Amino acid sequence: MSHLLLNYYEAASVILFGIGFMNLLLQNNLIKKFIGLNIMDTAVYLFLAAKGYIFGRVAPILTNGVIDADYYINPVPAGLVLTGIVVSVSVTAFSLALVQRLYKHYGTLNMDEIMKLSREREGE
Amino acid sequence: MNEKKTFWQHLQAWVNGEEAMLHADEYIKKRELPRERNWIRKPDFQRIKANKGLYWFLCVLVSVVFITIMLTVVANLPTFGQPINPANNEVVERYLEKGIEETGAINFVAGMILDYRAFDTFGESNVLFLAVISVLILLKRDKKNIDAREDRETEEDERFDKSDHKSILKIGAKYLSPVIILYGIYVVLNGHLSPGGGFSGGSIIGAGLILYAAANGHEKMHRFFTFKTFTLISVGCLLTYCGCKSYSFFTGANHVGYEIPKGIPGNILSAGFILPLNICVGLIVACTMYGFYALFTKGDM
Amino acid sequence: MSMELSTIIQMVLVVFLIASAIGVSITRNLFLAVIVFMGYSSIMAIIWVFLESPDLAITEAAVGAGVDSVLFFLTLKKVHALKGTREG
Repeated sequence: MSHLLLNYYEAASVILFGIGFMNLLLQNNLIKKFIGLNIMDTAVYLFLAAKGYIFGRVAPILTNGVIDADYYINPVPAGLVLTGIVVSVSVTAFSLALVQRLYKHYGTLNMDEIMKLSREREGE
Repeated sequence: MNEKKTFWQHLQAWVNGEEAMLHADEYIKKRELPRERNWIRKPDFQRIKANKGLYWFLCVLVSVVFITIMLTVVANLPTFGQPINPANNEVVERYLEKGIEETGAINFVAGMILDYRAFDTFGESNVLFLAVISVLILLKRDKKNIDAREDRETEEDERFDKSDHKSILKIGAKYLSPVIILYGIYVVLNGHLSPGGGFSGGSIIGAGLILYAAANGHEKMHRFFTFKTFTLISVGCLLTYCGCKSYSFFTGANHVGYEIPKGIPGNILSAGFILPLNICVGLIVACTMYGFYALFTKGDM
Repeated sequence: MSMELSTIIQMVLVVFLIASAIGVSITRNLFLAVIVFMGYSSIMAIIWVFLESPDLAITEAAVGAGVDSVLFFLTLKKVHALKGTREG
């Protein structure tokens, strides 16, 4: 338990991932589902960045002319997350475009109603 | 023919392809019959979803079990922020100690994502372009995707935008958007010297363009940014990126003898290809962000 | 267990993060959910600064609180879920 408090960033990212996952499963509204997906994204980024942090070190940009691996934090997670954030925006935009088309077709954003309507239209 | 074959004979015949030819009709008939499996009750997902309480309970159970397992894992992970953690291995040491010498960039992250792992970033830029194209396919206003109600709403919005001349948004955007775009350009151009780079600066420029377009409408935006501009910038930047990074293929695996001059680390014109690549990525990201906005509001660029 | 001030601030920020995530989940109003999600992204940007990743902070502030929310609001307007515009 005390170890969880020491690893509080990782613990928080796991909890956030769980909350986003619950949103994705339980929400009926599509927009809130996608907000849940975004929360899951940021939870993964938080986990990665927390793995790269080291106490008492500075950001990976040359400071005071020191070229030493013991002076900077880990730059690899920053590189991974940087591209990930921008790609997650494009995923969000694509899914929201799909939501708009669904609304135009069915006139609602409620998942249950969309399923019901699609089954009715199939039956016709 | 009807004698009882053993399993191995069946298998041998199947391997040789005889079984399929000899018994094809029988097999197809048998395949089309529903399988009788009374001893397992298939879980009916529709019924479970229809039963709100049960569905809710199962979802919460799955999530809670997942969180518990992962929290147990986190409790056994190495302590946060210690230099001896296995994530800080020799790869990181190499990037940090040889990075400036090999890439010429002061910002180690820029040196990493645009030199050591430049192909990965190329893929990301392509993902952005693909995302805009997909949204364009979904939302473009054309003959098949037209709606009288939506047209009326767009028209009303445009009339409403034209009627107010000095709203807070317009005056704020007039003074803020040049500053935001200038800051974005600064971040892109100094990507190898300071925090930021193509992705950060590009999204700042995109946000500035969105602010300008939201305040002044699409007609003013069309003076300098049309769909043609978008295509030219995106495709041109992607091709430039591709050309800059594929020179290794033409000059041999290590590009021996064709070293790009690195310059003095710390100068604005240094770090080989990182500055042009940063500009390419920044332009692509900015166009992508504005393209999303334009497609979401008007259905066209 | 003695803790530094910055650790306490970071823990408080993390608690805010979780609280706003739960807030997004339980609110019924879509507009409110997007606003709270904007706040979530801003808190995330501050946390990136604490984790010594200024590049990520710039990107998250521009993308998460800026572009992402604009896209969500535009979608809300298109699906007539904003009060005061065109409902239903």
